[in-house]
Order: sequence, then structure tokens, then C-alpha cells
Amino acid sequence: MSAAPEHNPTMARMSLAERLEPHAPVLLIIALMILGLIAIPSTSSWLTLTVSGLAMGMMIFIMASGLTLVFGLMDVINFGHGAFVSVGAFVGISFLLMLEHMTGAPSLWLNLTAMMVAIVGAMAATGLMGWAFEKVIVKPVYGHHLKQILVTMGGLIVVEQLIIVLWGPEEIFINRPEALKGAITFAGAALEKYRLVAVGIGLVVFLAMRWVLRRTKIGLIVRAGVENGEMVEALGYRLRLVFVGVFIAGSALAGLGGVLWGLYQEVITAHMGNQTMILIFIVVIIGGLGSVEGCFIGALMVGLMQNYVAFLEPKLALISNIGLMVAILMWRPMGMIPVVKAK
Amino acid sequence: MSDPILSLKGVRTNIAQYHILQGVDLDVPRGAVTMLLGRNGVGKTTTLRTIIGHWRAHEGQVLFDGQDIARLPTPAIARLGIGFVPEDMGIFSDLSVEENMTLAAVSGPIDSTRLEWLFSVFPALGTFWKKDAGTLSGGQKQMLSIARAMIEERRLYLIDEPTKGLAPAIISTMARALRELKEQGASILLVEQNFSVARALGDSANVMDDGRMVWSGEMKQLATDAELQERLMGLSMENH
Repeated sequence: MSAAPEHNPTMARMSLAERLEPHAPVLLIIALMILGLIAIPSTSSWLTLTVSGLAMGMMIFIMASGLTLVFGLMDVINFGHGAFVSVGAFVGISFLLMLEHMTGAPSLWLNLTAMMVAIVGAMAATGLMGWAFEKVIVKPVYGHHLKQILVTMGGLIVVEQLIIVLWGPEEIFINRPEALKGAITFAGAALEKYRLVAVGIGLVVFLAMRWVLRRTKIGLIVRAGVENGEMVEALGYRLRLVFVGVFIAGSALAGLGGVLWGLYQEVITAHMGNQTMILIFIVVIIGGLGSVEGCFIGALMVGLMQNYVAFLEPKLALISNIGLMVAILMWRPMGMIPVVKAK
Repeated sequence: MSDPILSLKGVRTNIAQYHILQGVDLDVPRGAVTMLLGRNGVGKTTTLRTIIGHWRAHEGQVLFDGQDIARLPTPAIARLGIGFVPEDMGIFSDLSVEENMTLAAVSGPIDSTRLEWLFSVFPALGTFWKKDAGTLSGGQKQMLSIARAMIEERRLYLIDEPTKGLAPAIISTMARALRELKEQGASILLVEQNFSVARALGDSANVMDDGRMVWSGEMKQLATDAELQERLMGLSMENH
């Protein structure tokens, strides 16, 4: 056999369009903001709506990020994910009600401490619940999509009824912590303090998730597992354990999202998680199954779209996100940043 | 001859209602390249996938260094020191070349000496180190797939058709890499359809047909016996 010629590959210079193509989803957010700026007559209204849309998007992202990873990693469709949102909201708000002396005090420090306690409590409760949910409800139906849908929906109904048993059937109205009430004025626009805090928390969660996924070995395993779990196992990693960890983390994040969503709406009900599932699924689908970045971008687009359209044409607000999903899927049928291969 | 590093005894594997492996017996000697040959669809890939645990053997034993691994989960089998290069290469396209290799170094950070050796064998990996593996050409992906298995010393390598669909120059690079691995004393079970590669690398050969092993012996014997080749595989190596 003759020796191989020297393998000396070279790289061609990419055109501008080729260089921009991978960033198209991010550019879409900017394009949506610009469209909003053109369509909304007042700049201050646009700024208010944009912050509101980003805050809503961040909260949806926090709730949806776990679901996209769970689907991507183990091909599990969890219709019960909304249960963690509801339980997170109820546990978190219960903590806030217990700490009313702190949330009612005119001290940012005391308010944030109370919120932190509520968030940690909600995340711990939903993380633990996620562990049990995976073990009892999800594990027996691996590989069976129809059973997963039926069983996880059943789990959601059971959890909703348990919430009603524990907290009662009535809606619970909430007072936000004192320092997070009201708005600040910026460039003539009223920006709600709470929404700014929600944007901050959402950004921190996204950057932390990105860091873990990009910079740690466990993150590499998760990303590789989403793409080809069989091969990850053939390298020697126990993907099942990783999946349980991701399920717990995803449930805890949904719990965090529940607390933030409850404070955003200023009312919580046992069915709130179920109601948010439509938005969560839209975000997961348009982002691309298994993609955290896609989920983040999709959530921001959904938040912005909902707020802009609700201002311009309130009757269209409900269907605007369905329209957005249809448009994105016509452009990229596997979602904006597809990670999972067809299985 | 010392005990084989891997022995399959009467292995039967079913996929859905299909009986793919119907009692496979196979010995893989230590420090040698064992070829697994046969026509398409006779069960070569299923044999490798059964060994690594992707398919479960319904009957029979898979003995690795004397231990029956037929019921172990895939990660436990891999951790015993078995490297696997699947037919579809199994690279993670969303991860960079560097990340693919980092992930394959299961026991810790990448050994720099071994990495330098791999760069000398597959220079393209160094060139595209930070690039997403999905952007590599077919040949480069195959190099990555093999390099990933070789980034740590394994006790046994299972390699499924590493030259499939590759240009002759890349096939030559692959053959050189496998030869260097062989010279280091590695035990390799290699499925290969390219007979010149099989002839150049193989120490022993096993031919499968219809889910069974129909012939086992020295590669040299098979390579020089056209009538045997014709009878076992329906073709002659001279023509390949």
C-alpha cells in the first residue's frame, strides 16, 4: 500500500451571509425589537413594552430550560412539567407570606433576603419533587411517547389536586416585596422594578447554565448526550445518572420560574403551571429541542411578541405566538437551533 | 497462545422479531488484529454492538478477560477498557474537535504525549481543533472517531468499518493509524470491507454468514486462498 500524501487542509474565507447565518436567531430578536420600535408610536411605550417582554421571556426561559434538556437528553416528553411551576409558586409564596415582616419592610436588603429564602425553598421542594416524579412516573415509561404523555399529564392532575388539598381551591393574591413595587423612570419610560429584577435573574440563570454546559465536563456530557446518548454511554459515562440530575435541576428551575411568575402575575392558582405549558412548549419547539440557547432566544421572542402585539392589537395577542411558531418552523422545521437528531 | 482477551460463546441477539446473531462463537487474541469479515447484513455490526452492550445478548456469554459482560450496562463495559468506533462514527457534531476528545478522555485530562502522537497521525485534527466536529469532512470525522477511541490506552478496540466511503488517501491514513496502534500491542477487533486493508492489518480472520461464524483462521490463509474467499464471501480478494 502506498504512503498517504501529506494531508494539508486549508479553509476558504466565508462570505458575509455565511458568517451571519449561525447568528440569525439572535438577529431575529433585534429585528423584532426594531419592528416593534417602528410599529409602536411612542418610544417610551416601546421601551416599557420591551423590558416587559424581556422579563416575561426570561421567566418563560427559566421554566422551559429544564424541559428542553429533559426531552433532548432522554427523549422524554414531560407534560407534567407545569406541576413544578405551580408547586414552586405555592412553596415560594408560602415562604414570602411567612416572612411578611421582611417583605413589608422598606429595606431592599431584607426584601431580597426574603425573596432568596423563598426561591431556595421553592427550588429545594421542586427539585426533590422532580427526583420522585422521575423515579415514580417517568422511569417506567422510557421509550414510550404516548404513555409518557398520558402518565405525565396524570401526574400533573394529581399534583394540582394535592395543591388544592394543601392550600385550598381559591386564588392567592400576593403583595410583591416593598422595594420591588413601583417603577423607575428611564428616558421617559416607566420600567417596573420587579421586571428589571426578573430580567437580571433570567440573565444570571442563562449565563450560569451556559457556563456549566460549555465549560464543565458534566456540561459536555449533557450536550453530547442530547445529540447521541448511545455514544456517550459507549465512552463510559452513565447517562441515566446525568439524566436524573438534569431532571432534578430542570424541576428546580421550573420551581424558580413559578415563584417569579407568581410575583409577576401577583396571583397564584393550582392551574398556573398548566396554563404556562402552552407558552413553554412553543418556546421549546421554536428554540429547537434540546437547545438551551434556542430556548433562551425563543423565550425572548415569545415575550417580546406577546407584549408588542397585546399593545398594538390586543385581540391578536393570544394567537401571535402560534403565528410566530408557524413562521419559525416554516423557516427551520427543527427549530432555530436544533440539537436533537430525528429519533 | 495465551487466553483470548475476548470470547463470545454461543451468542444470540434478537432485534425486535429478527434473530440477527444465531449462536456466534469468536475468540479475539491479545495484542493482535482480529478481522471480522462477511457480506453485508450477516451480523458483523450487531456482534460489535452486542459486545459493547448496545444490543443485549439473549443467550450465550461475552467473556472479557474471563468476566461475563453480557449483562453489564454499556458504560460499565466501556469502563473495563473497551474503546468503540461505530459504523456511523458517532461523533458529536455540536461539540468542537477538542471537546469530542476531552469527553473521550474518561479517566482525566488528555495525555499531551498521546495527543501529540495522534496529531502526527491525523494532522487535520490539530488544524480543526477548535472547530465544530459537524463542519468536518467525512474523512476528518472518521479520523476524529478513531482518534477519540485512541486518546486513552484501551485494552480492546472495537472498530466498525473505519474506511467505509473514504477516499484512497484517507484510507491509507487510517491504515497507518491502525498499524501504529497494532505495533503498540493493542488488541483490535476490526470489521472491514476493504480487503487490502484487511489483508495488510489482520492477524486472524473470522468470517460470518447468516448470523453465525462460518470460518476462523489465519488472515494469511484466507488472503491467499481464492477458492475459500469465493465460498465464504462470494468474491475474491484479488479483485479488491
